[in-house]
Amino acid sequence: MDQNKDVVKFAREIRIQTLKALGGLGFGHIGGAMSAADVLAVLYGKAMNIDPQNPEWEGRDYFVMSKGHAGPALYSALALLGYFPLEELKTINTNKTRLPSHCDRNSTPGIDMSTGALGQGISTAIGIAHGNKILKKENYTYLLLGDGECDEGQVWEGALYAPQHKLDHLIAFIDFNKQQLDGYTKDILDLGDLRQKFADFGWYALEVDGHDADAVYGAIEKVKGQTGKPGMIVLDTQKGKGCHFAEGVLYNHHMTFTKKQCEEAIALLEKEGE
Amino acid sequence: MNHAVVKEHKIESIAMRDAFAETMADLVKENPRIMYLEADLMNSVGMVGFSEEFPDNTVNCGIQEANMVGVAAGMSAVGLIPYTHTFGCFATRRALDQIFLSGAFAKTNIRMLGSDPGVTAAYNGATHMPFEDVGLLRGIPGITIIEPVDSVMLRDMIRQTAEMHGIFYIRLSRKNAVKVFADGSVFEIGRAVKIKEGTDITLIASGIGVDEAMKAAEDLEKKNISTAVLNIFTLKPIDKDAIKEAAEKTGAIVTVENHNIHNGLGSAVAEVLAECAPVPMYRIGIEDEFGEVGSVDYLKERFGLTPANIVKQAEAVLKRKLR
Repeated sequence: MDQNKDVVKFAREIRIQTLKALGGLGFGHIGGAMSAADVLAVLYGKAMNIDPQNPEWEGRDYFVMSKGHAGPALYSALALLGYFPLEELKTINTNKTRLPSHCDRNSTPGIDMSTGALGQGISTAIGIAHGNKILKKENYTYLLLGDGECDEGQVWEGALYAPQHKLDHLIAFIDFNKQQLDGYTKDILDLGDLRQKFADFGWYALEVDGHDADAVYGAIEKVKGQTGKPGMIVLDTQKGKGCHFAEGVLYNHHMTFTKKQCEEAIALLEKEGE
Repeated sequence: MNHAVVKEHKIESIAMRDAFAETMADLVKENPRIMYLEADLMNSVGMVGFSEEFPDNTVNCGIQEANMVGVAAGMSAVGLIPYTHTFGCFATRRALDQIFLSGAFAKTNIRMLGSDPGVTAAYNGATHMPFEDVGLLRGIPGITIIEPVDSVMLRDMIRQTAEMHGIFYIRLSRKNAVKVFADGSVFEIGRAVKIKEGTDITLIASGIGVDEAMKAAEDLEKKNISTAVLNIFTLKPIDKDAIKEAAEKTGAIVTVENHNIHNGLGSAVAEVLAECAPVPMYRIGIEDEFGEVGSVDYLKERFGLTPANIVKQAEAVLKRKLR
């Protein structure tokens, strides 16, 4: 239980650090970073077998942030774990930074794959998982997709491929926050029942509250408990979750915000943690 | 680089695809980390036997070129050495963003074979006839683009790239090529190959254009025009020194390529000439048209990839040189 409490605290810290980091420039991909903070906390705080002192360790579990624009939330998790100094977070998106808006494995310690053009992370994560299977390794590969990202055809190419090759050490998530850049997913391209769709494609598919750390971790354990199928955990989330000026706002994919808004959001999160 | 040129204009006894399959089998025996990824054209490229002999090194991805490139990128990130194959039109047009990001930008390690370059797509017609594949890839930083001339060079390229790290695109003609290089010849990626010396004009050719250029050179010599022939098989990075040297030595250039003259060999050569050694030149190739169905011989005539057209354009360039 204590560890789960720590995960909740870790998620809050990820949100705070992300706000502090993006606050420097006063703009960024707030919505999808906030909705993904809890799953990142569960993965990097509890589920993944990693060594922050040795990011290239071959025995590590891999993570592919296919919704690459949520990079700042991932950088916050990595910095909090010591992959690089926490102070470096404030360089996000500034000239010559190692922390670009979208993830780049050649720039940032701890980033396993470069992403940013939506749809591509499912294929590279599959390649890592399939490669490790061919090499008879037991590492897990985790993948985070956006819900809007599922508009891309490449996602469904990967959806066919992974069950065909029985990639049961691939555990994927969809951050189902119901919003994309231009509005609600149901108004732009209705995704329907994503869990059912992936189940129909042959995945072991679950849907949980994506802001409930216990539920997310429990789903990961369930996927690990079965063999022969890749896992898909659809996370029921809210875009902008935990950031008062972004939560419930229509156009919160990429936002500009004032220093005051940022300070208030951080203060509210800190108060929640007391 | 250690090569010898065979000037007999004879068709090789082995098909390019069979040379590819044999080389891949040899490589896998030496290094089990070699992987062959296919997009449902295994039978077309002669790799069914390979897949049966080496099932653990083969993945038929199905008809999904974009996913295949991403999977190859991911596999290379854990130390495997992937080769992918599909027709050149699909290898590039359908997977360009994946080649750019999951491949080149991510600095992963993939060898992509695109078969049936240009007119060799023959009876599959315009939809399958890549006149633009090189041009699409040429703007991607760090990528290496190779067009083997015959099976000797193909084997060497398949073998050499296994030891290298990067994103490689290899234009693969599947059928029997005209033999240009003696068995055992080895080449240096990034360095042009001197086929024939000459002092009046240089024909710079790639792929199936090399044999046509060699025949044209023989015809030009009969007209007392001393003609050099240079094969540029590495379309990127281009061998600037060899182009500059050819321009300075002969003062006139004709390029021959089985590709759109926009953004292929001719464009790359013209860029170097304009900056380093401006001399009269002419680009033979597809003049911004789509392909069509037909035999390779018909299509060569149709698009000017013939010794007669090369001679005609060389003489026209020489007139500009003398002016």
